Amino acid sequence: MATNFSPPVVSLRALAVFRRNLLVWRKLAIPSVLGNLADPMIYLFGFGYGLGSLLPKIGGVSYITFLAAGTVCASTMNAASFEALYSAFSRMHVQKTWEAILNAPVSLDDVLAGEWLWAAAKATLSGLAILLVVSAFGFVTSKLALLAIPVIFLTGLAFAALGLIVTALAPSYDFFMYYFTLFVTPMMLLCGVFFPAKQLPAALQWVAGALPLAHAVQLVRPLLLGEVPQHVLLHLVALLATAGIAFWLALVLARRRLLG
Amino acid sequence: MAPLKVSGLRKSYGGREVVAGVDFELARGECYGLLGPNGAGKTTILRLCLGLTAPDAGTIRLVGEPVPARARQARMKVGVVPQFDNLDPDFTVAENLLVFGRYFGIADAQTRRRIPELLDFAGLSGKEQSRLATLSGGMKRRLTLARALVNDPDLLLLDEPTTGLDPQARHLIWERLKQLLANGKTILLTSHFMDEAERLCHRLAIVDAGRIVAEGAPRDLIAREIEPQVVEVYGEDAPGWAATEGARHARRLELSGETAFCYVGEDQVQALLAHLATRSGLRTLHRPANLEDVFLKLTGRELRD
Repeated sequence: MATNFSPPVVSLRALAVFRRNLLVWRKLAIPSVLGNLADPMIYLFGFGYGLGSLLPKIGGVSYITFLAAGTVCASTMNAASFEALYSAFSRMHVQKTWEAILNAPVSLDDVLAGEWLWAAAKATLSGLAILLVVSAFGFVTSKLALLAIPVIFLTGLAFAALGLIVTALAPSYDFFMYYFTLFVTPMMLLCGVFFPAKQLPAALQWVAGALPLAHAVQLVRPLLLGEVPQHVLLHLVALLATAGIAFWLALVLARRRLLG
Repeated sequence: MAPLKVSGLRKSYGGREVVAGVDFELARGECYGLLGPNGAGKTTILRLCLGLTAPDAGTIRLVGEPVPARARQARMKVGVVPQFDNLDPDFTVAENLLVFGRYFGIADAQTRRRIPELLDFAGLSGKEQSRLATLSGGMKRRLTLARALVNDPDLLLLDEPTTGLDPQARHLIWERLKQLLANGKTILLTSHFMDEAERLCHRLAIVDAGRIVAEGAPRDLIAREIEPQVVEVYGEDAPGWAATEGARHARRLELSGETAFCYVGEDQVQALLAHLATRSGLRTLHRPANLEDVFLKLTGRELRD
């Protein structure tokens, strides 16, 4: 007997849901990419050059080089969160797109899996776009940076799944403000995006180290600097576990909301 | 094999039984209606039949498959027109059909070949590239119907297919549904429009408070459930007349606002009309009983919100 807590059963139909979102995105691809790129770039170059000129080197690299890796991760997190919150919520609640899809031979597990993969893919594109720009400016030169790409995708999966939990619980768009102010923004400040987490008080460091964005930053920054990250397995497992558990929880909540 | 067979269906929400023991069976090629006031449980019955929510009790076989166990497989051969339009606003008319076909695993090339035929059926030829925002309510409804046909289903489930449409648009939808029936499709529709049900349904069930309170062909229901003739009496004096002498002249009398509905047998009509002709303060309308009279008798006149 299937219950709301049953593990996900995903079929290839999930790809039809992914392709639906891709087709919409293709109509708006250029403004979408530019829009996603503009904001982090302004921060990167504004802080990187402006603030960076006042700062000593961090771990032997210029501040803007340090910030580049943080920006890639933060941008991936933001893109995944926006897609899994606002966009998925409009499809679920406002446009009733999910409802239409569920009348076809597509399960809610497929719909959610399609949304999850889509948000992660879009986030990956966002992270990659920044990676390309910082590489073009010469802040990233090592081939090891290519290994950051799967980490970016995994980061996208983790934050897309977390976002889908919030979407499955949300009564309206206003609800997302809590998630951003209580979770996303603190992570930006605590997880080593703008400054090394070592600067934080010890207790806060411990909390920050457990947050998913910290694991992403700990992997991506060394790779962009051409170094092999420490504790690779730990960080990968933490991101994978976040993605997997969060997706399952999002599915439980979505089943409760839509299949009651 | 019946396209849909439902037995002993029950479903509660928060202690309230929304579907309280429902049985019905559709014959191939027929149009079967579920009629009921708002909140009667019609939409929940459809959701249960599609396997979108699990019943508390009862069995469902949809196009031969047990639901909810094999609901996904069953939905391969079913088309659905939901109560509220949920077309994809980001897509053109043709893209809506193409993308919906993918949810059934239909190759794009195959759907593309069918699009002209589907749009022709929906009276939307030449609108392939139109954006959704440019379509009228009636056009959107017809596109939703075309979308429900993208997988060439055996059975169509229509949830209040003409609610919110103007008479012209409703007639066009009815026309198309009759055409589908003529082509051998089976239809289950919910409605609270009696003329719609009388026109389209071979058989129908009147649903109230989660139960089927009457079932049959529209004419049989009228013959079986209600007096054959109705005289509506209205005007300022109608309530007073109904309270004092009305009951003597009718088999059954109902007062709604300032109108008294007199339900009478064939033998009583002439006497009642003659009596009313002597009252200058009363105006009358004489008509044969219809499905709406049956509906109101069985489900009551109070508002359901």
